Amino acid sequence: MAEVKLMKGNEVIAETAIRCGCDGYFGYPITPQSEVMETLMLRKPWEETGMVVVQAESEVAAINMVYGGASCGKKVMTSSSSPGISLKQEGITYLAGAELPCLVVDVMRGGPGLGTIQPSQSDYFQATKGGGHGDYHLIVLAPASVQEMSDFVALGFELAFKYRNPAMVLADGVIGQMMEKVVLPDYTPRWTEEEIEKISGSWALTGKKKNREHHVITSLELEAHRQEVFNEKLQRKYREIEANEVRYEAINCEDADYIFVAYGSCARICQKSIQLARQEGIKVGLLRPITLYPFPTQPISDLCSKVKGFMSVEMSAGQMVEDVRLAVNGRVKVDFYGRMGGVVPTPEEIVDALKNKFSI
Amino acid sequence: MSRMELTDIIKEENLVLKKSALLTDNVMHYCPGCTHGVVHKLIAEVIEELGIQEQTIGISPVGCSVFAYNYIDIDWAEAAHGRAPALATAIRRLHPEKYVFTYQGDGDLASIGCAEIMHACNRGENIVVIFINNAIYGMTGGQMAPTTLLGQVTATTPYGRDAKLNGFPMKITELLAQLDGTCYVTRQTADTPAAVRKTKNAIKKAFQNTRLDKGVSFVEVVGTCNSGWKMTPVDANKWMHEHMFEKYPLGDIKDI
Amino acid sequence: MTEEIIIAGFGGQGVLSMGKILAYSGIMQDQEVSWMPSYGPEMRGGTANVTVIISDERISSPVLNAFDSAIVLNQQSMDKFEPLVKPGGTLIYDPNGITHHPTRKDINIYQIEGTRLAAEGGNPKIFNMIILGGFLKVKPIINLDNLEKGLKKSLPVRHHNLIPMNIEAVQTGMDQLITVQKL
Repeated sequence: MAEVKLMKGNEVIAETAIRCGCDGYFGYPITPQSEVMETLMLRKPWEETGMVVVQAESEVAAINMVYGGASCGKKVMTSSSSPGISLKQEGITYLAGAELPCLVVDVMRGGPGLGTIQPSQSDYFQATKGGGHGDYHLIVLAPASVQEMSDFVALGFELAFKYRNPAMVLADGVIGQMMEKVVLPDYTPRWTEEEIEKISGSWALTGKKKNREHHVITSLELEAHRQEVFNEKLQRKYREIEANEVRYEAINCEDADYIFVAYGSCARICQKSIQLARQEGIKVGLLRPITLYPFPTQPISDLCSKVKGFMSVEMSAGQMVEDVRLAVNGRVKVDFYGRMGGVVPTPEEIVDALKNKFSI
Repeated sequence: MSRMELTDIIKEENLVLKKSALLTDNVMHYCPGCTHGVVHKLIAEVIEELGIQEQTIGISPVGCSVFAYNYIDIDWAEAAHGRAPALATAIRRLHPEKYVFTYQGDGDLASIGCAEIMHACNRGENIVVIFINNAIYGMTGGQMAPTTLLGQVTATTPYGRDAKLNGFPMKITELLAQLDGTCYVTRQTADTPAAVRKTKNAIKKAFQNTRLDKGVSFVEVVGTCNSGWKMTPVDANKWMHEHMFEKYPLGDIKDI
Repeated sequence: MTEEIIIAGFGGQGVLSMGKILAYSGIMQDQEVSWMPSYGPEMRGGTANVTVIISDERISSPVLNAFDSAIVLNQQSMDKFEPLVKPGGTLIYDPNGITHHPTRKDINIYQIEGTRLAAEGGNPKIFNMIILGGFLKVKPIINLDNLEKGLKKSLPVRHHNLIPMNIEAVQTGMDQLITVQKL
């Protein structure tokens, strides 16, 4: 049986990256996720698997190193926290525009601006609606436990390569800093050049061979109609992702009158709120989106006929609640409870908010 | 008489210049008189002569040479503005057996990409950097670059570059030569056959250097932008001689 | 069984590592655990706290506003966490530096003079293990075998020679616990 370890979410990101055959990590220190690069530098994976680790001069450089590595069909990643992710947006939109697979980990903290280093979920819009310029989406996974921090590194890479699209693990300071039990995956070797040829040989920069056209990784197309054709292709890809990759967890929803919709650490807190509410006889369930993009619109829609209302619980001013409203489309009441600025809501105040907003 | 084919017109024995097999047949979008075309040709020749087409990956910038990938038949990545050295860092580290070069203009390298080039050089990445300095932003229509000379008229310095308003021409190449991570730093030009030959030698040496794990080889080519400078190609060359070389003297700055 | 614990004091007192040893010991007895620290500028000399949950069931929120047990090691932490102990819960504190002692009547209160005992033992580093011993005396949720295994897991191998000294400190804490108020 695999060993159970006690590890921080951030450490797990690093350890899993090594184990799942990541080729390169490029980062820049920022609280509350600096342990990712610290763990990697301590582990020296270049001696073990050949994985490259670079402390870049800025988040901008780090994401562009990812762009370079991804251009070669390599499994590459970066991690940062909110202000750093803002800096990376240029690179992220280029990655999306050049259809490059990669993994970006965002351990969110409160904003705007330099904000706070305490946990937050106020970058939901940035992560799920684009963030940079142009019509694009990232595949966004929201871990709610240290185990999922590990699981989603591997899943993120898998989906990124399946769709030739950047994937993001959207965590927050709570999930990054907390320690829990975790079972790490077994070691998967890094891809060989032959495997890269097989997986990404049609586009990756592997050096121009005599028997093929040269490969160019670019997001540039000055001819408007050709750019539109490309945009349509991207949109078809996003529809495919929406059809195939929705992931969510439903907890205590069977008999529920009210549904919390929450992801990441808020989903954990809401589970405690459910226990407290049910002790008072209020039947509450939780719909936890695991993929924030694609959003679990249909599962929420399906619950509308059975429940009296939804309350989106977020560490933000109310961002995901907009997607909940779109899914519910006016059929039942949708409300919101959130804390901002790095304040983490308590289980008790969430129950109080539910009672107030739904006059229970 | 039957229609003459190109091969009939240009007989092998009459050739004085042969296009590198690595240069594609795409018509270059550069203005007549521009230095980019010459430097592209030199890079293609060097890669061909070293026999490293399959091992070379180029990074094109944002600027006039954004489409460099259309002209040299190797694998290319097109970088965001200024970020080419970051891409090159990752590509070379992930592919230590490859020859990796960036091709960047003065706006790309010395302005928006100042941090990336500084730190790639400081880390001593084993890459080649080809830096085209024509003292202006060509693609966006002739605005001031960091390397624009004092008094030089551009779209954003319509009364000439004024140090009080715009600061000073930036000798980025000399700055980079200070860094321990660079091994070969040279400034060349491409206005005469002799200068072209010297530039080609410098580019070849730079590519060969990347095998030696000595750090960045940096080749600046002082060039003309006759469209941006609003001159004829001949006048642009003359103006370059009269003004550019004083601020940007030619020759090796560092070779270790 | 679910035990929700807050450990709070100054940075440098070993608050976080005490929590980590508790959590690892929980794993050694096949329980679910979580360890959620305050983080950021609250480093050495500032306040530091960690929420540790040990449970037979899947742990819901790692962030809590009410605790079964509070282990309090300075005045700021006393002010902050005494009100957050659940009625019927337990508060253990080191009286060193405490000017406003706990006043609640609906909780169990214990003292453990960790600072004094560690100083007398000539090794301030065992302070947190003395405190932990006091806690485990009141709440025997971890047996000593599993605690030793937990110590092995959470300490780097080069410090494993210190484990007997740590276990001794835990024993000292267990022996020296003072009951202030028992419901």
